Amino acid sequence: MIRIADVTKSFGENKALSEVSLDILDEELFVLIGPDGAGKSTLFRILVTLLLPDKGHVLIKGLDVVKDFWKIRKIMGYMPGTFSLYPDLTVEENLAFYARIFGMSLGENYPLIREVYEQIEPFKNRPAGKLSGGMKQKLALSCALIHRPEVLVLDEPTTGVDAASRKEFWQMLKKIQREGITVIVSTAYMDEASRGDRTCFLHKGKLLKAGTPEEIRESYPFPLYACRSKDNFALLKALRNEPSTASAMLYGKTIHYSPARNDFSVGTFLSDLEGTGNYGPIEYRKTTPSMEDSFAFLSKQ
Amino acid sequence: MDEQDQSISGGNTEHVVEAHDLTKRFGKFTAVNRISFEVCKGEVFGLLGANGAGKTTLIRMLCGLLRPTEGMARVVGYDVVHHPERVKFSIGYMSQQFSLYEDLTVAENIRFFGGIYGMKKKDLAQAGEEMIRKLRLEGIENRLISTLPLGWKQRIAFSIAVLHRPGLVFLDEPTSGVDPVTRRQFWEMILETAREGFTIIVTTHYMDEAEYCDRIAIMTHGNIAGLDSPENLQSQFNVSSMEDLFWKITRERETADSITGI
Repeated sequence: MIRIADVTKSFGENKALSEVSLDILDEELFVLIGPDGAGKSTLFRILVTLLLPDKGHVLIKGLDVVKDFWKIRKIMGYMPGTFSLYPDLTVEENLAFYARIFGMSLGENYPLIREVYEQIEPFKNRPAGKLSGGMKQKLALSCALIHRPEVLVLDEPTTGVDAASRKEFWQMLKKIQREGITVIVSTAYMDEASRGDRTCFLHKGKLLKAGTPEEIRESYPFPLYACRSKDNFALLKALRNEPSTASAMLYGKTIHYSPARNDFSVGTFLSDLEGTGNYGPIEYRKTTPSMEDSFAFLSKQ
Repeated sequence: MDEQDQSISGGNTEHVVEAHDLTKRFGKFTAVNRISFEVCKGEVFGLLGANGAGKTTLIRMLCGLLRPTEGMARVVGYDVVHHPERVKFSIGYMSQQFSLYEDLTVAENIRFFGGIYGMKKKDLAQAGEEMIRKLRLEGIENRLISTLPLGWKQRIAFSIAVLHRPGLVFLDEPTSGVDPVTRRQFWEMILETAREGFTIIVTTHYMDEAEYCDRIAIMTHGNIAGLDSPENLQSQFNVSSMEDLFWKITRERETADSITGI
């Protein structure tokens, strides 16, 4: 297990992490979601012993990130957010280098990385700096896995990657998890929040919520309706002007609307509203909150 | 036509973008392969595609930054081959890095970009004031961009991109890395701007954002593999979500040259 307890970290005036506490289970696929500047990378650097927390403790499988950093580095794999391999070494040389600094031969753990590495093997003699973005990512993942870590930490591996390639990347992460490796991934894409076993939402250095995708969706405190009319903008403004409204936001071609009370009679309210503006008929249906609805609500608190 | 429409350059063209057999080859590699499509005035048009599908090349041609190998395109009424400079003057552009100068203040960025786009001093002063008021930035005009939160920078960058009332605005992954509330507010701002008569072309990797667009084009290997409203495309390809649609178009169709798609 990974236990993060009351971790605080500041850079000058800027509080990057503020009393973050979190447990991550063994062999879990755990997602850390949050916008740029939320503190995701700072937390990861503390986990992989590259930064010291100002306050609080982190234990990784019983090892302390401050005292036992040398032991921890042997059981962790880390893929940073920026490409950090040697651009003037070839694909194969980079991989051999990473294997060797962990005291391993290339062949030892090759079966673990085979599926990823085979996709870049045709380019094994190319300098890493000359690879496309997708290939760099696959090489970086191979290098982070070559010593068969117990915990794999990936900092925004899918940023700037198209939706189909992201989906494939997550399928790959699930396979790595099935090898008995704890996988911790950060992302700014809300649609990836439900791809892990559990997710936590980090916002301005604070952990706002952690749980399974179901738990997070169910934490949305209001009934939620998807409404649409011929003038959604006017309808949006009208809904926001109502004191009974908890939240109204555009969501694709609909408006996600929540009244503040559970026993509110939405049908009567909306048909009354129809008469007051030029929206035409207002269609509505009850809908299940998305992860984004929950996180949007939490970040407004 | 009302006054607002007239001030948008080239505002009387029904099609803001017209591309016919637009092609770009780099050596033997065809990045954009005989693409034809139109974007209508006031439309929010989404351009989606896998990495390397040709989106950036297409956008660079439409901005007058890259000369097509074959074919033609008119943007805001100007031919991109013969009048690339006029095209550049008539469009607005915002990228994921927000294209603002971090070490200039808000007011300096407004003056700088307004000046680049050839706005008259008086118009610029007026438009700048209006923008500050609309974004509720009174009192922070003289703060450096670098000191502002990401969400603010994004709204400022967008407002500056439309300050000279361009006939077409390109938004290149404008919402990367922002929180969910800011992202939705930003889309509200995009759609509100489109309602004023602006035409917008947007690229994104967020599939849910495609649903805000009037029409979307999905590119694979330099071609447009699907172009319609999000709803129509979903029924045309017999899927129930944008994510499934994107998967079906970009993955199930490609078989032979999988290596180039990495």
